[in-house]
Amino acid sequence: MARITRDEVLHVARLARLELTGAEVEKFQEQLSDILEAVSKVSELDLADVPPTAHPLEIANAWGEDEPRESLPLDEVFANAPERDGDYFRVPPA
Amino acid sequence: MTLDTLRLTAEEADRLLRTKEISGAELFAAYLAAIGERDPELHAYLHVCENPGGDGLPLAVKDVIGTKGIPTTAGSKILESYVPVYDATVIANAKRHGLRVLGKTNTDEFAMGSSTENSAYGPSRNPWDPSRVPGGSGGGSAAAVSGGLAPWALGSDTGGSIKQPAALCGHVGLRPTYGTVSRYGVIAFASSLDQVGPVAKTVRDCAWLYSIISGRDANDSTTVDVPTVELPAGERLDGLRIGVPKEMNGADGIEPGVTEAVDRAIELAESLGASVEECSLPHSVDYGVACYYLVAPAEASSNLGRYDGVRFGLREDGADFREMIMRTRDAGFGDEPKRRIMIGTYALSSGYYEAYYGTAQKVRTVIKREHDALFERYDVLVSPTSPTVAFPIGAKIDDPIAMYMNDVLTIPSCMAGLPGLNIPCGLSQGLPVGLQLVGPQFAENTLFRAGHALEQAIGFDGVPERLR
Repeated sequence: MARITRDEVLHVARLARLELTGAEVEKFQEQLSDILEAVSKVSELDLADVPPTAHPLEIANAWGEDEPRESLPLDEVFANAPERDGDYFRVPPA
Repeated sequence: MTLDTLRLTAEEADRLLRTKEISGAELFAAYLAAIGERDPELHAYLHVCENPGGDGLPLAVKDVIGTKGIPTTAGSKILESYVPVYDATVIANAKRHGLRVLGKTNTDEFAMGSSTENSAYGPSRNPWDPSRVPGGSGGGSAAAVSGGLAPWALGSDTGGSIKQPAALCGHVGLRPTYGTVSRYGVIAFASSLDQVGPVAKTVRDCAWLYSIISGRDANDSTTVDVPTVELPAGERLDGLRIGVPKEMNGADGIEPGVTEAVDRAIELAESLGASVEECSLPHSVDYGVACYYLVAPAEASSNLGRYDGVRFGLREDGADFREMIMRTRDAGFGDEPKRRIMIGTYALSSGYYEAYYGTAQKVRTVIKREHDALFERYDVLVSPTSPTVAFPIGAKIDDPIAMYMNDVLTIPSCMAGLPGLNIPCGLSQGLPVGLQLVGPQFAENTLFRAGHALEQAIGFDGVPERLR
């Protein structure tokens, strides 16, 4: 299997919102290639008529009553916020 | 009275409290003293609580489980300052039964790892030999229970994070059936696999703690009604049908000393009246790890998207919103979460989804069906829990794939949503060997019954030799 390229590492890092340093890019290019090669083993099996499993239990929808409940107080909601501005989370400009 | 926290079971501690031979404060103080004495070496805890009052049993809690007012870091720098404003359901359940949080235990970052070496706060150490790992990701809970720093603990298990540390530290750990224990308030890693479970010195303690934390929860729509838990008492295994999957017991990399201890336990089971037969899981072992390391990272890459420096956790400065997020995530996540986020993002990305994630989900079906077929003939499947005894710190940290192979025997049943119990079954090279008992979904009582009878027959001394 082809090794993952430097550009692919950077592309995936951008998708995942990770700003990697130069050394990290090199290390991950090597390690991700090895890992992808190992996990590609899943393609060896004949899976033509096999449905996917997303969830291990055979349960369908779980219904609950649509009843209003009290929310957390705003001071608790913001207790862990890096930056609060009134009733908003403040972030740098987009 | 002097309490030997290395030997004290939760059941015995509870009896001493009920008969007023000790007070809740004395009990809590005994654990704080043990922590003061041995935790500087073992580093089982990331946070130790002051005595909160009350008379209930102390409980150590893996640091991926949210505890109101008590720091919860998931072993990550990105959550270093995070203090939950609500309790996870398992904590609420524990408190309702009078249990008191003793402290938060170390874990590989976001429960990703098999040794606790991926913790941003440094590794925990194995009470049997502090130069070796306690396993992971729940190595902190494991070191705490085996090191006498807690009567019992909560762990979480995605691909073996309760069972494997229990094996490496020589105590009992249950990964419950998926859906029997609420994940509400638990920091998510891979949501279709994550399960909270009990870590204890004995099977009876393990069953008791499971009965406390399990049950349907309106806040977690994947939970279901759970059969009433029966505390095991019997010593015989008459009528129990044990299957011995040859691939699980003959996998590459299983140490001879591990095989010997497990084989002795299987012979013992037969002498207690169980029927034992070899059977086969043709694809689960060969393909389990590959399947897991696609499904779990894919789910993790989505779950860890929430760490963006906006609502909680670390924030690094950036000129704009996007730069702030990217810098926060680069600074806050360690190598292993980054690796898994990258693998997961790649496996879910356009053009690769079907080849990787879609295919892995189908392999998951194959694994589940193989297990279902065996449970038409057997009540319990047995194997080693870990292919090796505890390995030296540093031995595998630079080789992610070698580290991933630690979980080769615990992963298959996790993929199938099955309960698995580890009990210690002997020593190899002076270190504990774990026996894994896997049952069909919701068969925890069968595992407890089999585990308890074997535990009595094996007579393993769970106190590390160097601490006796």
